[in-house]
Amino acid sequence: MSVSVEDLLFTIRYRCDTESHLSIRDQAVCRDCRKPCLTFCPAEVYTFRDGEMHVAYENCIECGTCRVACSNQNIEWRYPKGGYGVAYKIG
Amino acid sequence: MSERFDAIVVGAGPAGTAAAFTMARGGLKVLMIERGEFPGAKNVFGGVLYRHHLEELIPEWWTKAPLERPIVEQNYWLLDGDGAVKIGHRSRRYVDGKPNNFTALRAKFDRWFASQAEEAGALLICETTVTELLMEGDRVVGVRTDREEGDVYAQAVIIADGVNSLLGKQVGAHRELPPGEVSLVVKQTLSLPREKIEDRFGLEEGEGATIEILGAPSQGMVGLGFLYTNTDSLSLGLGIMVDDLVATGARPYELLENMKQHPALRKLLQGAEVKEYAAHLIPEGGLRAMPKLAGPGWMICGDAAGMVNALHREGTNLAIASGQLAGEAVLAMAKAGDFKPEGFQAYAQAVQASFIRQDLAKYQRLPSFLHDRKALLMGKLPDALNDSLFEWFNVDDRPKAEHQRQIVHNIKEMAGGTWGLLRLAHQGWRAINE
Repeated sequence: MSVSVEDLLFTIRYRCDTESHLSIRDQAVCRDCRKPCLTFCPAEVYTFRDGEMHVAYENCIECGTCRVACSNQNIEWRYPKGGYGVAYKIG
Repeated sequence: MSERFDAIVVGAGPAGTAAAFTMARGGLKVLMIERGEFPGAKNVFGGVLYRHHLEELIPEWWTKAPLERPIVEQNYWLLDGDGAVKIGHRSRRYVDGKPNNFTALRAKFDRWFASQAEEAGALLICETTVTELLMEGDRVVGVRTDREEGDVYAQAVIIADGVNSLLGKQVGAHRELPPGEVSLVVKQTLSLPREKIEDRFGLEEGEGATIEILGAPSQGMVGLGFLYTNTDSLSLGLGIMVDDLVATGARPYELLENMKQHPALRKLLQGAEVKEYAAHLIPEGGLRAMPKLAGPGWMICGDAAGMVNALHREGTNLAIASGQLAGEAVLAMAKAGDFKPEGFQAYAQAVQASFIRQDLAKYQRLPSFLHDRKALLMGKLPDALNDSLFEWFNVDDRPKAEHQRQIVHNIKEMAGGTWGLLRLAHQGWRAINE
């Protein structure tokens, strides 16, 4: 694949909060899960390393797919605080 | 912000803005709350805007709004691995006089539309997230925001917070969206000089074309691609049902990258650089997934209420129409001086009587038809049509009769025989006719 998700995300303007609007409710649930979030997330916010699910909330484009599709409802999903998060120039 | 308003609108997208505009113009004190830096900063669509429904609110809006190109040609392409069956229509009737539809970019359009509501007298507050609805018993009486002392009260709250609609869930309007009723669209806006766009798409100056893309790019999943011409960019996207993404493990942005390499698309996109990447959910459940539309103190509009007609790529016009109907219901209650629950239900009844319900009812079986027959519709059908057109056009040492027998064979084989074909035709007809 010629393009990386990093290249794509680089085209998006964000205003980053210092705290995450996404959190994993229970890491143990992720360990036992097939982890479809690793592929369906269009911003690759989720990576699984050393037995832990890592959440790169700074990259989140707030689509809500993980909120809908986490098979265990293991993702606490809120909107970022007002004014923070993705800020599309085009949309 | 301990002020009281007649109405609070959550979300300054097309639905919320249409509601705010309607109420402010009717003389009500309206607060519109938007979590983005500006209206449109969080919003994404394909996107095509239709002229008709917004004319009711703002006559000749399209002469003032930031739009890209009026659309003179609209196409469906059915792709197999390398080929494309192309069906489309081009006519001056779409653009001469009052154009029927336009391409647009939401960061520009939504901002403009919200500014019209502000001019009509609505107060717009951005960078403010509504965290919950304030209740008194079973009645919504206001909203809590993430600002200091951020509770605001109103007679009516219009929930237009988009597809994820966390507020709609709080009032129990709808259950959680199942992955089989929502699609994820990934989109790239690709910059290309306007002359190149016009040359490549065969367009007169300033005019535009749209292509809806079915088949190979969705790799057997239920999905639809699109390629639209903007003024000096192209909008290229691919939407796939979320349950299929979960089941296959496909990466959405890779599917889109693959689509760019298709021989029918590659040259149209050549040299076009990614200006912006985006992703958004679309509610695809149709009428059967539509939530309860109103309750004491609240109404729900637009994507938050699942108002999308996927077959016709219509969402913003349903959003605008629903926002207007909600706004009118509030105006009627204000005029009567009584915000009783029946006044809110009047909005639900107005939606039932409108084109929103009529169109979604017509297609209410379509989502399950697409889901149940996806292997055929997303794969075998585009393949069989490509193979059949190849037989039709290809000249070799075989007689025409043999080519045509092959075509009949391809079509039957695709559907599993003559009975399968009849069954498919019957199911397809029922899927788009109430």
